[in-house]
Amino acid sequence: MRALLALLAVLVCSPLWAVQPDEILSDPVLEARARALSAQVRCPVCQGESLDDSNATIARDLRLVLRERLVAGDSDSQVIDYLVARYGEFILFRPRASGANLLLWIAGPLMLGGALTGAGLYIRRRQRAPDRAQPLTDAEEARLRDLLNK
Amino acid sequence: MITELGHFALILALGFAGLQATIPFVGAQTGRRNWMALGPTLATLQFLALTAAFAALTHAFVTSDFSLKVVVDNSHTLKPMLYKVAGVWGNHEGSMLLWALILSGFGASAGWFGGGLPPRLRARVLGVQALIGVAFLAFILFTSNPFVRLNLPPFDGHDLNPLLQDPGLAFHPPFLYLGYVGLSMSFSFAIAALIEGRVDAAWARWVRPWTLAAWIFLTIGIALGSWWAYYELGWGGFWFWDPVENASFMPWLFAAALLHSSIVVEKREALKAWTVLLAILAFGFSLIGTFIVRSGVITSVHAFANDPERGVFILAILTFFIGGGLTLFAARAEALQARGVFSLVSRESALVLNNILLAVAALVVFIGTIWPLLAELGFGRKLSVGAPFFNAAFTPFIVALAVILPVGAILPWKRGRLAATVRPLAGALALAVAMGGLAFAVGSGRSALAPIGILLGSWLIAGTAVDLWLRAGRRLVRLGRLPRADWGKAFAHGGLGVVFVGVAAIQGWNIEDIRTLRVGESFPLGEYEVKLTAVTEGQGPNYLTTTGEMHLLRGGVEIAALYPEKRFYPVAAMPTTEAAILNGPLRDIYLVLGDRQADGGWAVRSYIKPFANWIWCGALLMAIGGGFSLSDRRLRVAGGARVARTTTALDPAE
Repeated sequence: MRALLALLAVLVCSPLWAVQPDEILSDPVLEARARALSAQVRCPVCQGESLDDSNATIARDLRLVLRERLVAGDSDSQVIDYLVARYGEFILFRPRASGANLLLWIAGPLMLGGALTGAGLYIRRRQRAPDRAQPLTDAEEARLRDLLNK
Repeated sequence: MITELGHFALILALGFAGLQATIPFVGAQTGRRNWMALGPTLATLQFLALTAAFAALTHAFVTSDFSLKVVVDNSHTLKPMLYKVAGVWGNHEGSMLLWALILSGFGASAGWFGGGLPPRLRARVLGVQALIGVAFLAFILFTSNPFVRLNLPPFDGHDLNPLLQDPGLAFHPPFLYLGYVGLSMSFSFAIAALIEGRVDAAWARWVRPWTLAAWIFLTIGIALGSWWAYYELGWGGFWFWDPVENASFMPWLFAAALLHSSIVVEKREALKAWTVLLAILAFGFSLIGTFIVRSGVITSVHAFANDPERGVFILAILTFFIGGGLTLFAARAEALQARGVFSLVSRESALVLNNILLAVAALVVFIGTIWPLLAELGFGRKLSVGAPFFNAAFTPFIVALAVILPVGAILPWKRGRLAATVRPLAGALALAVAMGGLAFAVGSGRSALAPIGILLGSWLIAGTAVDLWLRAGRRLVRLGRLPRADWGKAFAHGGLGVVFVGVAAIQGWNIEDIRTLRVGESFPLGEYEVKLTAVTEGQGPNYLTTTGEMHLLRGGVEIAALYPEKRFYPVAAMPTTEAAILNGPLRDIYLVLGDRQADGGWAVRSYIKPFANWIWCGALLMAIGGGFSLSDRRLRVAGGARVARTTTALDPAE
């Protein structure tokens, strides 16, 4: 059953016939906005494809709805809100920086800050650490001078 | 019969692995030399047994033995021979067998080429390696046995997923596995070093070739996968930040960090504990990757046969090895004392910064990949994390890395002066800014992305040239006499620059056109004109095809005829696209034939992909660089010994 579902998902969602010629808006500015938006929205029934890449019927419907909203004069964020209100935040490929998601967004800078501080402290300690390389003995120094002067 | 022998060999391999995990290990603890000496023999036996098992499975696929369940599920008599063989690892069971085979192959080569290692260290390395083998062989035998027979064999099989029936993808998994599994050697060396409580320059020199080999394979494997996605999926995407891609990218980033930190251990005897930790993490993330791919906890476009039972088993393996490794690390890291002293401005510090950026970047990818899982479990939110997040969160780190790379590469060890170091790079910087400016002018301000990426890429390439020039003492004749490691570094860093240029250009300057076209019509695409002259139906060995004949003209003169295809595989009931691509050094023309439309025309998607090939050429250059480094004199095990012997021989004559 699982294999069948997986096969079905591949069949339905293969990117073969993603955006169709008849969907494209005549206004190139609006169409560019539509493409940018649909690349950020997930197809609700696929395994991880955006509306832009998916061949599923629902993806096509959503692409058309998205364009309808744009033609009606909605802003980008209004269109996104409209879709999220109906399908939940699951369809956003770019998770919103709110609530617990803040953690996701600041994780990188936080880790970088921590790592830099740690490395800074380490390097300061390294700088002051006594050099544990053994200094040359007098006999070795003499031989070294001898070799260098040859 | 051959199948049963293969099955038996697989069980035998588990037995050998079990012995190899205990006897040499106990020998090392108790100081019994003859016990330790059994390690290489057992490793060879385990490898031979697994080779036999793998050969038996390959035989079943080649002869289409449909009494085997995996063969029925993944093969078909009409499938071309190349894909019958590739089908061996084109499924879960077979690919895990390949994984175990490679694992034992690495262990065996540590036995064959590890003659120069101290016997105790070698015994422990082989012991740890075999322990990993035991875990995975048990996994195969108990949850994913490829030698399961069917009571009623069908007449024919279900065919391999048509997307996998492609030369690029046939070799993508083996390379990735060689990379993933190669990192197990770094892990085994790290664990052995922790048990011994000793990490020194010699240890770093022994680990380096294994890490380097694993990194080269991972680079090639990832590049092959990306190249395949580019030409096969039908719209020229090359990286999707899909969980399964991330699973291969994280170990790559950690392996790259490990390669750099082990240089510091080798040359300066510092960063020892950190290097050991990186070795544990690099293999740890290979295991995490395996878990993500095989358990299906995170949805991905890669449709593998997922199974919760297998997921739990791999989770247990992963917990044991990562948890055990980290616990051992926490207990023993104190024993690894650093010797080298260095100041804030030095090659060492630059490499520390390189490691921080690579490791944090890898962790950002990791958090992004598992966030949907965490958010659902922890906060009850069902959400997705995709390309827009990764592009925003990952890119800054890699940009910072590119900015510091050329400077760090020529900073002196121990203590340097920034102003003096940067001076020779002035020319490289000027060139890079000029290239960025040119890119900005050509693109007429379409996107800030392309000029910045091209600036960074040129900075990397020009900086690499300056590095080589300085290494050769500013004399052309001495370039040829530089050690191979220097050339390796130059190829790898320059290759990264080439990748930067390719990615920036394709992201910023991609031209796309989607339209309906009737036979005989043409349309303009950038400076070209595309004409559809015919659409014909045909038949391949195991598929039906619809082929378009399209002509590409520039200024009214034909420069190429292209034949994009639409295929249908009846057995698997799956369609695929075969885009027609005109490759070029500065741009690819990419044509895709879609469906027949109601008005009798055909949907046609066409693209101009600028600098597309630079992405894979850059990756190839990086792999070649790795190869140069790997063949450097100082890493050849016998090479070091021979030099030592000659010097002693010369001593009396002095």
